Amino acid sequence: MNLLEIERLSLEFRTRGGTVRALEDVSLAVGKGETLGVVGESGSGKSVLSFAVMGISDAAATVTNGAVRFEGLDLLGDGRSALDELRGAEMSMIFQNPRVALNPIRMVGKQIADVLSRHAGVTRDQAKTRAVEMLAKVRIPDPERRARAYPFEMSGGMCQRVMIALALACSPKLLIADEPTTGLDVTTQAAIMDLIGDLARESRMSTILITHDLALAAERCDRIAVMHAGHVVEVATTAELFAHPRHPYTAKLIATTPRPGVGLAELEPVPGALPDLRGDLPSCRYSARCERRQEECADGPLARLIDPTNAHLVACRRPL
Amino acid sequence: MIAHLILRRLLGAIPSLVAVVVVTFLLTRALPGDPAAYFAGPAATPQAIEEIRHKLGLDKSLPLQFVDYLGDLARGEFGQSLTTGQPVAQDILARLPASVELTLAGLILALIVALPLGVAAATRPGSWIDHLARVVSTAGVSLPVFFTGLLLVYVFYYLLGWAPAPMGRLDLFTSAPRTITGFFLIDSLLTGEFATFRAAAAQLTLPALTLALFSVAPLARMTRASMLGVLSSDFVRTARANGLSRGTVLVTYALRNALLPVVTTLGMVFSFLLGANVLVEKVFSWPGIGSYAIEALVASDYAPVQGFILTMAVLYVTLNLLIDVLYGLIDPRVRIEA
Repeated sequence: MNLLEIERLSLEFRTRGGTVRALEDVSLAVGKGETLGVVGESGSGKSVLSFAVMGISDAAATVTNGAVRFEGLDLLGDGRSALDELRGAEMSMIFQNPRVALNPIRMVGKQIADVLSRHAGVTRDQAKTRAVEMLAKVRIPDPERRARAYPFEMSGGMCQRVMIALALACSPKLLIADEPTTGLDVTTQAAIMDLIGDLARESRMSTILITHDLALAAERCDRIAVMHAGHVVEVATTAELFAHPRHPYTAKLIATTPRPGVGLAELEPVPGALPDLRGDLPSCRYSARCERRQEECADGPLARLIDPTNAHLVACRRPL
Repeated sequence: MIAHLILRRLLGAIPSLVAVVVVTFLLTRALPGDPAAYFAGPAATPQAIEEIRHKLGLDKSLPLQFVDYLGDLARGEFGQSLTTGQPVAQDILARLPASVELTLAGLILALIVALPLGVAAATRPGSWIDHLARVVSTAGVSLPVFFTGLLLVYVFYYLLGWAPAPMGRLDLFTSAPRTITGFFLIDSLLTGEFATFRAAAAQLTLPALTLALFSVAPLARMTRASMLGVLSSDFVRTARANGLSRGTVLVTYALRNALLPVVTTLGMVFSFLLGANVLVEKVFSWPGIGSYAIEALVASDYAPVQGFILTMAVLYVTLNLLIDVLYGLIDPRVRIEA
């Protein structure tokens, strides 16, 4: 059984300017110990999806359809009340911009201890000791002293390590990392990603890595899901996706990614922009930007081609 | 760190205190009316008035008078009140607790209402409690304190008879508790005189309510605005994603961060209240330093007015110091800057 199953999830934001259909019919699954990459442009719904899974969506968001199952427990239905116990304990999340994602006026050790005393059933003193252990585990030097530091006294990379310690304090089964390395320099990026990878392997933790950086996803993920304008357009194993992208958007996205032997000038951007998600949308939300568009794309539901040999999913009538 | 901050702020307060001393001196000299004539009484001859003027040192040049004034201040002498015949310092010390007790009671009452109201309004924007907060805020700032004071007296004393007559800190039948802090509420509790406590609380309720009504508005609005900002911040989202309980998220994470601007507002409101006190004390015959200053002003009695303004200035400086310390306690970043 998969650890997490997202089934035909649709989510809307009610805004003054109209209803934004941020997610439509999104289906994804994450196996135990697996690292799933979710890639796509900014605004494609990656973060919205992860917030919906965690149950921390904005107040204006409504799930209109679908299910999220964690170990078989329906988090949007019967399991809703259990969500409070799961968050931070069984599944947790790390965010981008770690410096603002931590409470600025609380010592980092205390913030970790808060999570531990909420979920781990330990006394405040034990929680503090374990917080220091967690800081050591994420390879922060001099953890006892650092536990008494405030986020503004630490570098961005250090803060992200604290975020990881916070997320992993209760040994969750699922970690959602939402652009965990955005805003960090390249060497720090690699160190942070190594850390997440090592800790995940150690405890057979599943990871969802949300990123706009295809190269990063290629390096770190077992499988990759490509999102565009609130749709999942393609899911495949990393090797398969890069070797044989089937969705035109995936192919374009790969073409925009810097790689050895290709000059910056040769990289071509994906033409057009994400469609406005308010009002009427074509059933294929990529069709307006697609060079392979034909009349058949306009009518009927999105085709779902499945390559049965390696579970390669494509949502396109005219795949490559 | 905190001690360092206090020292710096105290040093920083010296220029403002010097300015206040100079300005009060000049201002009181510029007031219309001749204190020598007033002191001598209506039947005095011009010669007698001149004699008194000489005795008071008012015939000297302004700089010389100022030097005398500074000398007196250095010795802790604020001069003699012509109206009460007592040393001003003694008068003010006797009356200050009444004013401070009233102001603090008003402020605490306001905080008790404003903080939960602001937090509730921020957690449910657009709900009835949010609208209630807006109505209370608008009403609070649009009504002048002497008016709300009179209205409360009219309704709760005259019409309903729930409140005692607005005749100062205690009714005629109760004697003041032994002075320990000068605050009747605290002193009566310390000496175990519960009947006195009840009487003092009854007298205090309406004037404190008047001040509270006025100060709830800015405090509730600032709490709401500040909470709204903090609740949508990244670190509150992190706290929620980590499954922390609603109470922890709301109080330990959101409210503590939202308190900084509220504390700033609190300082401003406190300053307003010290000023508004003058009117409220008049309406409720409250024997504080506000009513004392008004009586002195009407009588062209320099010394008490000077003493009053100086006391106020020292209060402001102390208050701002407290606010700064509170800042440092809430936000570690402020401590580092110091």
